[in-house]
Amino acid sequence: MEANGGDSSEIVRELEELKLRKAEIEHRISTLEAKLHETAAVERLDAAVSNGYSSPAAIEHGLDHGLSPDQIYRYSRQLLLPSFGVEAQSNLLKSSVLVIGAGGLGSPALLYLAACGVGRLGIIDHDVVELNNMHRQIIHTEAFIGHPKVKSAASACRSVNSTIKIDEHVEALRTSNALEILSQYDIIVDATDNPPSRYMISDCCVLLGKPLVSGAALGMEGQLTVYNHNGGPCYRCLFPTPPPTSACQRCSDSGVLGVVPGVIGCLQALETIKLASMVGEPLSERMLLFDALSARIRIVKIRGRSSQCTVCGDNSSFDKHQFKNFDYEDFTQFPLFAGSLKLLPKESRISSEEFKEILQKKERHILLDVRPSHHYKIVSLPDSLNIPLANLESRLNELTSVLKEKEDVNAETGPCTSLYVVCRRGNDSQRAVQYLRESGFDSAKDIIGGLEAWAADVNPNFPTY
Amino acid sequence: MDVTEQASSKEATKIENEETSSVEIKVLFFARARELTGVPDLTLKMPSGSTTQKCMDELVIKFPKLEEVRGCVVLALNEEYTTDSAIVKHRDELAIIPPISGG
Ligand SMILES: [Zn+2]
Repeated sequence: MEANGGDSSEIVRELEELKLRKAEIEHRISTLEAKLHETAAVERLDAAVSNGYSSPAAIEHGLDHGLSPDQIYRYSRQLLLPSFGVEAQSNLLKSSVLVIGAGGLGSPALLYLAACGVGRLGIIDHDVVELNNMHRQIIHTEAFIGHPKVKSAASACRSVNSTIKIDEHVEALRTSNALEILSQYDIIVDATDNPPSRYMISDCCVLLGKPLVSGAALGMEGQLTVYNHNGGPCYRCLFPTPPPTSACQRCSDSGVLGVVPGVIGCLQALETIKLASMVGEPLSERMLLFDALSARIRIVKIRGRSSQCTVCGDNSSFDKHQFKNFDYEDFTQFPLFAGSLKLLPKESRISSEEFKEILQKKERHILLDVRPSHHYKIVSLPDSLNIPLANLESRLNELTSVLKEKEDVNAETGPCTSLYVVCRRGNDSQRAVQYLRESGFDSAKDIIGGLEAWAADVNPNFPTY
Repeated sequence: MDVTEQASSKEATKIENEETSSVEIKVLFFARARELTGVPDLTLKMPSGSTTQKCMDELVIKFPKLEEVRGCVVLALNEEYTTDSAIVKHRDELAIIPPISGG
């Protein structure tokens, strides 16, 4: 049995390796094909020119917009568009755009930006491709599962357009590297999924004077705005106070229909193309609200720049030094990266392995699962009590009575009942333990890393979602 | 004939008075505000001369959970940015827009 298990994991590993190599070879093929096509086009043009009376050099001088013959052919449908044309295309080819996040929003945004001919396209993301991303992060293919999203996205962009420059930043955006990275681009696209990143990116754009194309999507709704453009407001002008943690979940916690971030990501690409090519009227001082269920798009006029804004306001002293030292996780009470929140001291936490021992030793305890009930219905640990974090305060008496029952039954034996709290990834459980300890439940501890850690470290057959 | 006319004109005045002393606005909830109230929109009757702040107070009484997002919403009156002190008029549309962060 053991040996068979080893064999199959070896096969899986080799399969993954082969799939990646296949993807890389396919990418190389498409690059070479594009190159061949380009060379052939130039040769055709040369032949045509030598049949006439002018030399290739004269033609080159004639093309003062700077587009090569291959570019003219590739982008012809945009050149033929009267409101776009050769000038806008030329602007686009000279521009540089950074897309932060290669997820649900970034996927379509990147594909369209690569296809339309943005001169230099930067991609930054620290995550790897996972199976449960595929329904919305359409830039990635199964061959890249387990590999960096940036590598996968860059490969897809290159296979669409091998003639533009693509920068790969396989790293997390932090206050320590944000100024340096963002300063290399003309336009910034926020395609992230969490509040601290949104504030950090907006602040950084204010400091660097870069326009920010900001999109967001959750559930069946999306929002889109261009910030910090031509004297317009920044993200903080609009939302000076961060939302409470419960108001701002990630897609990974709340669910999202794949096409909803798809729609917003496409609109982000559109606004970016408008800015880069200098056509049309950007969505500045306006917010687009997309409601998928009712099939409605509303555009609301939002406030202008706030003179009171702590970052872009008249009396703001916010500078690069302050930015580098600003704690965005503390400001928003939200982790920049899934699973990295640290609210509790060591002694208020246990690992999933330690909890396994507690189960094996049959130590008296209560396991409180604070996930929303529709999560609990997907999968849960046996003998757990489900009280969602949002209802914990109002249902505290339930917990008290369950604890009391256990104490009564075991009145004569052993130490008092311990209380362990679990959630999906170990953030909400920390918030719950913090609240429980403040409310007198001194034995409350959270299980580090939640059910995902349980699945990773204790029971690999435990389903994750 | 005269009596009926008189009665109906009296009735009309009464309705008119009621209309001038209160206004009905449409409230639109977005994102988390929609989750917390459980409805995408509703009609709210307010005394005339009410501010958007007063409307929010009334909505929080109706849906206490809305308190959660009150400090971080953008308010738009008839699709334009508005402040707490703006007076709502009959048939105005008040949108309550908390930020979304997902992607
Ligand atoms: Zn501002």
